[in-house]
Amino acid sequence: MGTVLETKNINKHFRKPVDFHVLKDISFSVQEGEFASIMGKSGSGKSTLLYILSTMDTDYEGQLFLNEELVTGKHQKELSQLRNRHIGFVFQFHYLLSEFSVLENVMLPAKKLASKSYEEIEHDAMEKLKMLKIEHLAQKRASRVSGGEKQRVAIARALINNPDILMGDEPTGNLDSYNAENVFQIFKRLKEEEGLSLLVVTHDMDFAKRTDRIIVMEDGTILD
Amino acid sequence: MTNWKVILSIAKTHLLTKMKSTVTASLGVTFGIGAYITLVSFMTGLNGMLDDLVLNQTPHIHMYNEIAPSAEQPISLYDKFDGGLNVVHSVKPKQNQLKIHNALPILNYLKDKENVKGATPQLRTQIFYLSGSSELGGNLVGVDIMEEVRLSNIQDNIVEGSPEALKNNENGILLGSGLAKKMSLGVGNRVQISTVKGTVFPLKIIGIYQSGIAEIDNVQSFANLKTVQRIQGEPENYITDINIKLYDLKEAEPMARKLEKQFKIKATDINEANAQFETGTNIRNIITYAVSITLLIVAGFGIYNILNMLIYEKMKDIAILKATGFSGKDVQLIFMSQAMLIGVAGGIVGLIIGFFLSRIIDNIPFETEALPTISTFPVNYNLWYYVIGIVFALISTFIAGYLPSNKARKIDPVRIIRGT
Repeated sequence: MGTVLETKNINKHFRKPVDFHVLKDISFSVQEGEFASIMGKSGSGKSTLLYILSTMDTDYEGQLFLNEELVTGKHQKELSQLRNRHIGFVFQFHYLLSEFSVLENVMLPAKKLASKSYEEIEHDAMEKLKMLKIEHLAQKRASRVSGGEKQRVAIARALINNPDILMGDEPTGNLDSYNAENVFQIFKRLKEEEGLSLLVVTHDMDFAKRTDRIIVMEDGTILD
Repeated sequence: MTNWKVILSIAKTHLLTKMKSTVTASLGVTFGIGAYITLVSFMTGLNGMLDDLVLNQTPHIHMYNEIAPSAEQPISLYDKFDGGLNVVHSVKPKQNQLKIHNALPILNYLKDKENVKGATPQLRTQIFYLSGSSELGGNLVGVDIMEEVRLSNIQDNIVEGSPEALKNNENGILLGSGLAKKMSLGVGNRVQISTVKGTVFPLKIIGIYQSGIAEIDNVQSFANLKTVQRIQGEPENYITDINIKLYDLKEAEPMARKLEKQFKIKATDINEANAQFETGTNIRNIITYAVSITLLIVAGFGIYNILNMLIYEKMKDIAILKATGFSGKDVQLIFMSQAMLIGVAGGIVGLIIGFFLSRIIDNIPFETEALPTISTFPVNYNLWYYVIGIVFALISTFIAGYLPSNKARKIDPVRIIRGT
């Protein structure tokens, strides 16, 4: 099994309002097909780490590898292509484009990638929605569906380009226990059936306990 | 690699869901461009009319013998006084005839030149119009009337009668409208004229000439060249002026200088004769453009504001687009294309509105003594102004859209998503 994601000695400082060393020498890796969770108190730097791993935050020292390829130092344009192709992202808040239909929201990253025809993309998006049991919402406006459904739409959107790794920043943080359980089951199924790697930042101990590995963070370092 | 289809579909959705702002922003451009088209069409129409009024009555090059003192007095040719301070008192004009020497060969030479549209001979003389016991001073111009019709707009100024009638009548005169009024004469009447030498001739009025400029209409009349030569008792080669019309106005100045040298004659070009006229035209153009540009700047600020608001509203959308793999450039293009769509839509509607306003102005009655050929306000429908208008619209919306969209490009998705 290969390594999907690896960091070597990542350090990050917040420079405003005062210099603050958020991440100290973070080195860890996520294997193919692994379901890992990051836990830690508020301010321990777990979200900060996740945004560095997602390639959106480039202001750090150290090295980040995606599929054993060095990502650090690449141009913003390449990074956004990389994100588009290899990384799926689910946030605490769903961040759907409210003017678009559910289906359009899911299709958007694939349209950007443009490696398939419109019909194929539409078919893929419907498949993802079916897998998440929300295909009946396809033509609804994104602003008209419930919170739990929105999060599932967001997961479908994250999966549309068949990414190598799915990252979540408290994906269940805003959901009631029923919907949270639902999301967890979806993640688990993705790992088991599709062999997807997952890396989820969470506060939820019950959620974390059921993952393959818990990475505990405290004061900017990883506790073993 | 830019995926225009996706970008345009997002831009379209934004514009359609924010219909009110879209329409407001487009209307700004529409008014700017509409006002520009209307103003520029009307202003240049007026300019064209005024140009016609004065410039078309002026030949491109006018050749005549000038009454002037010699530039070099004989004393300077005499080498014994060389180096001395020579003072000549009461210098008189050089004795010279008004007749152009070798006028007919010059005319033939000019007519053969490629860049000359035509050259017409004229004979200008001072005469008196006799009406009862009173004498009115004035002048009579002998012309080759059919050539004048071809080369100038004299036909527009013949308010009664026709040029053909003058051509066919050996003793016909085309009387100035002011003169006709003063002497209570009309077409078909006879007028007595007296030359400076005192010989009296009766001429038949076959038409009335009205240029619109009172100073001319009160003194000037036209007759056939031969008629005037006969009145003056001069032979057929007696010609005092040659008017030249060129194909290209720009050649007037250098050609006038060349002719002066070649034939040792005074030649004035149209720009020399009407320098102050250009100034008026230029100032009107400046006013038109200043007003239009001001309107477009205002419209540009409208677009800038609306896009700024939109981007502020769509912060989260921008963040998620970036998180899912849209680059900063893609996001910028989404907002730029919105600005440009507003510009194109507003601009095209502006052109149409401008066109209809021009049509309305074109149909407003405008009748004046001074302009016999004009019955409605003049409007210039030049396609170029429409091209300039749409280019204006695109440039101003581009600038107005560029600044906010550049801001959108730089938005850091992490900061928005984390809410810090």
